[in-house]
Amino acid sequence: MDLDFSDDQKQLRETVRRFLTDRCPSTAVRAILEGPEPYDRALYKGLADMGLLGAAIPEEYGGVGLGRLELCVLAEELGRADAPVPVSSSIYLAAEFLLIAGSEAQKQAWLPRLASGEAVGTFAFAERAGRVTPAAIQAKVEGGKLTGVKVPVPDGDVADFAVVAARSGGEVALFLVDLEGPGVTREAVETIDPTRSQARVGFDGAPAEPLGAGAGWSVIEQVLDRAAVLVAFEQVGGADRALEMARDYALDRMAFGRQIGSFQAIKHMLADMYVSATLARSNAYYGAWALSTDAAELPIAAATARVSATQAFQHCAKNNIQVHGGMGFTWAFDCHLYYRRSNMLALGLGSLSTWEDLLIERMRRQNAPAAA
Amino acid sequence: MNFDDTPEEAAFRAKVRAWLDANAPKHLEAELRAASFGFQGVASEDPIGASKAWQKKKQQAGYACLHWPKEYGGGGFTPIERVIWSQEEGPFSALSAPFTIGHGMCGPTVMAWASEEQKREHLPRLASGEVIWCQLFSEPAGGSDLAGLRTRAERTADGSGDWIVNGQKIWTSGAHNADWGLLITRTDPDVPKHKGLTMFFLSMKTPGIEIRPIKQANGQQHFNEVYFTDVRISDAQRLGAVNQGWEVSLTTLMNERLSIGSGMPTGFPELFAYCMEAQIDGRPAVDDSGVRSKLAGYAVKASGLKYTAMRAITALSKGQTPGPENSIGKLVAGASMQELSMFALDLMGQGGVLDGEDQTQANARFQTMLMRSPASRIEGGSDEILRNIIAERVLGLPGDIRVDKDVPFKDIPTKGRG
Repeated sequence: MDLDFSDDQKQLRETVRRFLTDRCPSTAVRAILEGPEPYDRALYKGLADMGLLGAAIPEEYGGVGLGRLELCVLAEELGRADAPVPVSSSIYLAAEFLLIAGSEAQKQAWLPRLASGEAVGTFAFAERAGRVTPAAIQAKVEGGKLTGVKVPVPDGDVADFAVVAARSGGEVALFLVDLEGPGVTREAVETIDPTRSQARVGFDGAPAEPLGAGAGWSVIEQVLDRAAVLVAFEQVGGADRALEMARDYALDRMAFGRQIGSFQAIKHMLADMYVSATLARSNAYYGAWALSTDAAELPIAAATARVSATQAFQHCAKNNIQVHGGMGFTWAFDCHLYYRRSNMLALGLGSLSTWEDLLIERMRRQNAPAAA
Repeated sequence: MNFDDTPEEAAFRAKVRAWLDANAPKHLEAELRAASFGFQGVASEDPIGASKAWQKKKQQAGYACLHWPKEYGGGGFTPIERVIWSQEEGPFSALSAPFTIGHGMCGPTVMAWASEEQKREHLPRLASGEVIWCQLFSEPAGGSDLAGLRTRAERTADGSGDWIVNGQKIWTSGAHNADWGLLITRTDPDVPKHKGLTMFFLSMKTPGIEIRPIKQANGQQHFNEVYFTDVRISDAQRLGAVNQGWEVSLTTLMNERLSIGSGMPTGFPELFAYCMEAQIDGRPAVDDSGVRSKLAGYAVKASGLKYTAMRAITALSKGQTPGPENSIGKLVAGASMQELSMFALDLMGQGGVLDGEDQTQANARFQTMLMRSPASRIEGGSDEILRNIIAERVLGLPGDIRVDKDVPFKDIPTKGRG
C-alpha cells in the first residue's frame, strides 16, 4: 500500500513551490488580471526551463520523460499559486491528445515545442452554453477545411494550434488546426477569471488535418478524464491555499476583543473547509494512481477526483471570503482571485453536474454490465 | 503509487487468511453479514458467548489485541499488521463489539497507569475475552464537558485509605455485560474542574452499583445508567495520582481516536444498490439526473474516506505516524449516513414510513440507519467537539474561551434559566 507521492516527487514539490513563491506572488497574478498580457510569459518560460512542462513528455519528443505523477505535483502547486499560465490547455489537453492519438509526424512537429514552451496548444470543444455532447458539436470539416465557431476556447487567443472537435461525415472527429494559419479569426472574451484567458475562435475554411489516423469521441473522453485528474490537483492546491488564507486571517483579525478564530462559528466553518479539502486530496490521490498506472478504473477515479475537488475548491474559496468579512470582498484582498479561479476551474472541463452524471453512469455500468 | 502489499505484508496476510479460513466461526457468517447497522447480529446462540469464544480462540493463536505487547496477552504486532488483520477478519470483526471499549480504551489506560502486578493480572484476561470492561465517564451533567462530572469519591474516615463513591454515570456501553469498569470521579470540588478528578478501576460486582438500561430514541437498549451508592474502592485501584484524573483520561480519549482503518460505514453501497432497483416513472432511479447528483455527492464522500484511510495506512506501512487526516472520519460518516438514509426514504415516497418486518431487507436497513444515525453524530465526540478538535489541533486556532476555567468546581453555575 503506497497511496502517497515518492520522496523524489515530494522534493520536486518543494522545488516548484519555492520557484512559484518567488516568481508567482499575487502581484504577478494581478499583473495579468489587470494588465494587457494574456498570461505570464516569463513564468511560463521558467516552468519550461525547469523541465516541468515536458515532465510527462517522452525524451524522444523533447520532454523529460518522467510521468503523470510529476504533472500532478506541478498541477497542485500551480493551483496553489493561482498561476496565470496556459499549462492546462497546452500540457494536460493538447499534449495528451498528441500522445494518445497523434501521428508520429504530429508528435514530432508539436511536442518538443510544447515541452520547451515555445508553442502553446489548446483544445477547442464548446460552441455555446450547455453540456457538450456529440450533438452539440456543429463545427464541421469538409474536404480538409474547417468551418464553425468555438467559444470559449481556453488560451485560444494565444495558442499556436488547437485540437478541434468537429463533425466529419456525421461523426465527431478530432483535427489539428494551425491557429496562425488562414481562415482563423480569434478574439479574447471577457470571463469571470481574467487570469486565465479564453477566446472566441472562428474557422472559415481553415485547413484541418485529422489527429492521427482518425480519433473521435472516445479519445475526447479519455483525454478529458486524464485532464480531470490533473485539474483536480490544481483545485486541491487552490483549496488548501484558500483554507490557509482564511485560517491566517482568523488568527490575525480581532473583533469583540478576541481573535475571530476563537469563535466557534468561524472555527467550525474552517473545520468543514478542512474536511472538504482532505476528502478532495484523498480522492485526487486515487485519481493520480489510476492516471499513472493507466488503470481500468480511471474513468471512475477521474470523475470522483473531479467532483470532489470541484466541491472542495468552491467551498473553500467562497468561505475564505466569508471568514474575511467585508475585506474579503475588496479588490485589494486576494480572496477573489481564488473565488474566480475556483469557479472557472469548476466549469473548464465540463460542469459539476456533468461530472456527477458521468460518475454515476460509470458506476452503474461497472455494477451492472448486463444492463449496460 | 500502488495498492500492493510489501512482500512481508503479503506473507502476513496469507498467514492470517489461512488461519481465519481454518478457524473463523463460519456458521455465524450469514448472520453477521446480514446484521443491520447498530447490531452485533448473532441471534442463533448467546451473542456474548459467541463473542467470548471467538476472542479466546484468537488469543490462543496470538491474534487478540494485535498491537498490545505479548506479556499482557497481546499479539506484539506492528500497526500495519493490525490493519491487515482487521481487513481480513471481515464480518467476524463484528463479534469484537463487546470488547471494543475494553481493548481500545480501558486496556491502554491500564497499561499506561497501573502497577506492573495489576497489568499482569488484568490485561491478559481482558485480551482473551475472559472479562469485559466498560468505561464510566459520561454523566448527565458531563457529556462533551466531561470535566464537569459530579460523581464524588471521598476518602473513608477509617484510615484504610479506601474511597467511597456516590453518583451517577450515563451512556455506559455494555455495563450490563461488564466485569470491570474504568471510573472517573471528582475528589476535590474546591479546585477548578480539571484539577479535582481522580481515576479508578473497579469490579462491576462491587456492592452499591446498580445498572439500569436506557431505552434509546430508536427503541433499542445498548447503553446504561450506572448508579453508585456508597461504593467502596481500595486505594490500590487508583490510576495515577489523586486529582490527576484528567491527565489519565486523556490517555483513554487519545486511544479512542487512534483506531485507524476501522472505517465507519457510510451506507453508500446500500444506497447505490437500492437506486439500481428502485423505479422512478418506470426507469431505474439511478438513471434520474436528480438522483445522480445526490448519489455522486455521497459517492465522493465514501470514496474520500476510503482513500483517506489508505493514506493513513500508507504511513503505517512505511513505519511513519499518520497525519491528522483521519480525524475527519466520524464527522463525515455520521452526518453522511443520516442525510443518505433520509434520501433513501424520500425515494420510497409515502412507503418510506414503513419499518416493519414485512419490508424488504434493503428498506428496513435505511429506516434503521435513519433512527440510529443521530447517535453517531453525538457518541465518541459530537460533531461540534470534533470540529473544535480539527480547528484547534489541526488548524491551530485558539481554544474556546472557558469561563469556568479558573473557578472552583463548587462555584460553577449549574442552572440555566431560573
